[in-house]
Amino acid sequence: MTPVLAQATEGGAAELWTFIIVGAVALGSALGLILMRNAVHAALMLVLNFLAIAVLYAVLQAQFLAVIQVIVYAGAIVVLFLFVLMLLGVSREDSLTARVPGQKTMASIVGVLLFVSLAAATAGPFLGDASVCGSEAALEGTGDGEPCLGLAAVNAAEGNLRGVGFLLFTDYVWAFEVTSVLLVIAAIGAIVLGRRREDPAELVEPGSTVLPARPGEDDAAAAPGDGAPDAGAPDAGRPDGRPDAEPSRAEGEERT
Amino acid sequence: MTGLAEGAAVAAPAGSPAAWAWLMAVVPLASAAVLLLVGRRLGRAAPWVAILSAGFSLTLAVWTAVWLGAREAGERTVVHTVATWLPAGDLEVDWAVLVDPLAVAMSLLVTGVGLLIHVYSLGYMEHDRDIPRFFAYLNLFLGSMLVLVLGESLLTLFVGWELVGLCSYLLIGFWFDSRANASAAKKAFVINRVGDVGFMIAMFVLFGAIGSLSLTEVLPAAEGLAGGTLIAVGLLLFLGATGKSAQIPLYIWLPDAMAGPTPVSALIHAATMVTAGVYLVARMSPLYVQIPEIGLVVAAVGAATALVAALIAVAQSDIKRVLAYSTVSQLGYMFMAVGVGAYSAGIFHLLTHGFFKALLFLAAGSVMHAMADRGDIREMGGLLRDLPITGGTAAVGTLAIAGFPLTAGFYSKEEILAAVADTAGGEVILAIGLAVALLTAFYMARWFALVFLGPRRFEELEDPPHPHESPLSMTLPLVLLAVASLGGGLLNLDPETGLLAGWLAPSVVAFEQTAAIIGHGLLEAIAIALALVGLAAGVLLYRGGPRVVSEASTPVVRFAQDAFRVDELYRAAIVTPGHWLAVGLAWFDARGIDGLVNGAGRGTAALATAGARVQTGFVRSYALAVLIGTVLLIAALVGVWMAAADDLMLLGGWR
Amino acid sequence: MSVPAGYYLILAAALFSIGAVGVLIRRSVIVMFMCVELMLNSVNLTLVTFARIQANLDGQVLAFFVIVVAAAEVVVGLALVVNLFRLRASTDADGVGALRA
Repeated sequence: MTPVLAQATEGGAAELWTFIIVGAVALGSALGLILMRNAVHAALMLVLNFLAIAVLYAVLQAQFLAVIQVIVYAGAIVVLFLFVLMLLGVSREDSLTARVPGQKTMASIVGVLLFVSLAAATAGPFLGDASVCGSEAALEGTGDGEPCLGLAAVNAAEGNLRGVGFLLFTDYVWAFEVTSVLLVIAAIGAIVLGRRREDPAELVEPGSTVLPARPGEDDAAAAPGDGAPDAGAPDAGRPDGRPDAEPSRAEGEERT
Repeated sequence: MTGLAEGAAVAAPAGSPAAWAWLMAVVPLASAAVLLLVGRRLGRAAPWVAILSAGFSLTLAVWTAVWLGAREAGERTVVHTVATWLPAGDLEVDWAVLVDPLAVAMSLLVTGVGLLIHVYSLGYMEHDRDIPRFFAYLNLFLGSMLVLVLGESLLTLFVGWELVGLCSYLLIGFWFDSRANASAAKKAFVINRVGDVGFMIAMFVLFGAIGSLSLTEVLPAAEGLAGGTLIAVGLLLFLGATGKSAQIPLYIWLPDAMAGPTPVSALIHAATMVTAGVYLVARMSPLYVQIPEIGLVVAAVGAATALVAALIAVAQSDIKRVLAYSTVSQLGYMFMAVGVGAYSAGIFHLLTHGFFKALLFLAAGSVMHAMADRGDIREMGGLLRDLPITGGTAAVGTLAIAGFPLTAGFYSKEEILAAVADTAGGEVILAIGLAVALLTAFYMARWFALVFLGPRRFEELEDPPHPHESPLSMTLPLVLLAVASLGGGLLNLDPETGLLAGWLAPSVVAFEQTAAIIGHGLLEAIAIALALVGLAAGVLLYRGGPRVVSEASTPVVRFAQDAFRVDELYRAAIVTPGHWLAVGLAWFDARGIDGLVNGAGRGTAALATAGARVQTGFVRSYALAVLIGTVLLIAALVGVWMAAADDLMLLGGWR
Repeated sequence: MSVPAGYYLILAAALFSIGAVGVLIRRSVIVMFMCVELMLNSVNLTLVTFARIQANLDGQVLAFFVIVVAAAEVVVGLALVVNLFRLRASTDADGVGALRA
């Protein structure tokens, strides 16, 4: 890693300021993600968040992960998100109002409770002097709180990348291989799911009540009260269980 | 006293017919399965499949008998285990065959008569549209009967017992599109069930007392049983036997069973299945000899049944019903024999009766065949000219059943009467036996005279039939059975030294004389005289037709025609109260039990309706619920950690 | 003046909670998906922090696996979203009501 980052990482005021600034960016972008009405904006907020977390990884002496974070998450995953957003053309403003009354309020309250309990469960013991990583108090076992030993020594021995790589191909080699199989399966699954069908209703098992809404049919029209009967009605007329897909729509699908 | 002593049974040597005896039952069963599944595709070949499998069984039975006969007398009880069926704790039941002289004698009768009736059915059922089904049932019956006869355990015997009951049901109701046939089948099945309950409880008691159901273990152990257990088992088994073998009080299903095709009546309801009760009592002879008083009850019931059925038979006018009541009566004779302990005499009569009653039924079937399915003997007459073979063989059968000297029936009946005459307390039974002998000769002569002799009354009918002799497939069995009915007496010319008595000695307990009521020579003379008188009276009175004795004029005759109104009595005494009890229970079931159940159901439904409101269908609501649960869990964990105070368990674990 | 490790954990908890709330309040399936990614990242942050506390690299390896699995998940998940959109012409999670009792 660069000398600048290396200097900034191990203790001292530099780490504090880095944490304050980058942490603020991470929190702000996370809030932006959930509050931005436009999905594309939300995706951009996600990029920002990932980058901030990448910086934090570097501060936390995980240089390899910092780079991976930038390449895989910011570079690939979010781009995939944006690609799908563009492909589907979902650029209109997303409504934040929920169908179920009180969902937002409840979610916020539960979110706060979750934060409190999580913070208490994980962070509680690590707030004292000794928890400053690599500090004298930590290494000597004095001071308040559980000690943070720090990775300086480990990384200095053979470097972060070598260390992670070594673990990956020794202790975790089995998990690594399984992960590769998982990726192949995911790729195949995506190909199968992405195959274009003549009729989207083939995705649904015959007789299922989950039937496609027709394009242009406002989702607000399907209020909770009449959802199922409404969806079941066209099914009754067609013995094969396929919906009354209008020809115009099928053609439109063809062209997309 | 012999009969399956401890350790008498030996394992079947490999390769011997005894080791393959199970195929005797399995091949017809497999053939039945094939016929039921693909019988219609086989077309005209279907009956031949059935006949071939019956022939296979007969061949195997003969081979087994020859093989067994060549062995030492003491080694004629052979057991072969095919597979273990129920290994349930103490109860272990095998699919095993018990090949012993009794079983072999029975299987020879079953397969021999069975094969003849298969052949006969070829002609009799020629025009039926359901031939494959009929032959499938016949095969099924044959296999089931052999399971019954060869079963080494009471439970396998019971399996066969139930299976033949099922076949009886299926075959009585073979033409199920008629309501009468269907209800006759149902009646037979239900009444048999009453007896089966007795059989089952007897098995439970025996298992409780001995800890095994295997015949080779139960029979030697029977000697050590307590008196009460013996009496209970003896009576319960006899209850089972009365059901299957149509004795008082459960005989009323057999006459109605004549609704089935005639070959079925001959095979199942005359020659084989109905004798299963006699076989059961004979099989359990080591048990019954210890309770002679129960044996006397058995004999008394048999005598009463014989008398009642014979009286009813005199007044019947249906060609098959006469024979049906005659069967009930003859079965009563067999129970008289096994009741007094003359087991080989009972089995002897069972075999000879199998011959001549099958013959008579087949002859009746042949007559009905010729008369375009008419069955009223008052409308027949003079058929001997048109049906010489049928009539001649029927005459042989009539003589045999009446006990005409030198026929098979003469010897077997004589042996039974002699045994009764040698039993203490057998006076009344002996008197009834002689009366029944007279009645039997009389009603059989009446039957024969009305059908084959006298004026041809059927020519006065509208649409008179044109009788013609039956085809060879039907007359050949008649002739063979007539030969057997004539010569069957050779099996056991003397009660003590005869062939059959010696043969059966390892299987059943020998008869012991306890009294001498009347000399055997005198008894024989009386019996012959009664038979001759009965035959002569019957022929003379009815040669001119039914008008000679104005029947249906006196109440007594009408009473007998209505079979003593026993059906009506049972209906009033059992069926009607049972019906009202059932109605009451049904009401209680609908209101009380169902009320509880429905209430529980309705309560659940109401609860579910209330709970369903939570199910909004929105994924996010569910996610919220999951999250709330998560938060609660985490909070609980944190709370536990806090409670664990200064030393945090989690961190302690990490170090 | 320095940063105790607990601060990172608090930040991760905050990000996790924000992500969870986002899943609950957003209607677009795609944005909900993004929020899930945010939650995964916060967990990764926790893992990396604990790796530092413990002075070994296992936590980082685990975070690496999480990233790989997240990538696979995104691939399949977005394919599902595309199919859902084809079916319903919308990515609104509330439009899918098959779970309604």
